[in-house]
Amino acid sequence: MAKKTAYMGMLTALAFVLSYLESLIPINLGVPGIKLGLANLVVIIALYTMDTKMAFTLSLVRILLTGFTFGNLSTMIYSLAGGMLSLGIMIFVKRFPVFSVTGVSVLGGVFHNVGQIAAAALIAETGSLFYYLPVLIFSGTIAGTLIGILASILIRHLTKTENREQSN
Amino acid sequence: MERMEKSAVPADLNVMKKNDLRLIAALVILAAAAFGGVMLYARLSTKEPEAVVYLEGEEKGRYPLSENITIEIRQENGNCNILQIKDGKADMIEASCPDKVCVRQHPVSRQGESLVCLPNQAVVEIQNGQEAEIDTSTN
Ligand SMILES: [Zn+2]
Repeated sequence: MAKKTAYMGMLTALAFVLSYLESLIPINLGVPGIKLGLANLVVIIALYTMDTKMAFTLSLVRILLTGFTFGNLSTMIYSLAGGMLSLGIMIFVKRFPVFSVTGVSVLGGVFHNVGQIAAAALIAETGSLFYYLPVLIFSGTIAGTLIGILASILIRHLTKTENREQSN
Repeated sequence: MERMEKSAVPADLNVMKKNDLRLIAALVILAAAAFGGVMLYARLSTKEPEAVVYLEGEEKGRYPLSENITIEIRQENGNCNILQIKDGKADMIEASCPDKVCVRQHPVSRQGESLVCLPNQAVVEIQNGQEAEIDTSTN
């Protein structure tokens, strides 16, 4: 149990660091405040090495923590909408044996952007932001692919180490 | 040690399955098609581009990009954005919002592009512009 808590703490810290790095990189996707979602890497790892509840907690803690530290209310609403929609989709897709980690991550990445833009459109009460949707689908796919490949390598390594420890 | 674990990897932990590749391809095609649609839509409209100012979703004014002008978008609650139209481009040059994300946005001039200030709920949208092109380059 203590080991699980430590693992969870480590993942939260890692997610926090990734969010911080992301806030430093001025990636301009045309829409202000929209983020690539690097921290999704950690959420996926939690989803595959722990369980849904842990992944949800991690995602929520990460968003609130980074929101209060580096952001403001509007960026936090963005992240919440993107993060929760992304996680919901990933949990749903993971139930079916259709995609591997990479496919799940790609869908998470795309819906991360869709959620953010939907929140922005609601806040600003404008539909014009959907003009940026093609770019955001594209960037979500690319980011999701890279994060997914990295995540599957890490997950494999993590589950391997766990198995080894258990057999010893 | 390694030999045993290879087969122990569950199928959904493969780095890339055929379905993943199909999904990625489908999404890239979807994005390209939607991008084409946006371009086509912009190309079809030939009217002079205008900057349309919205506050909380309500249209507050239209300004042709052909005329250089500076507009003060002042709201009753004290929030303020200053929009500058210069050389056919609209740019947010000042704002009362805490994050200044709108001020950091690049100037816009093409159909469908917009300047957004979420804290002030202010949007400047270009309508009836010429050919649209999305600039994905970093700053
Ligand atoms: Zn602003």
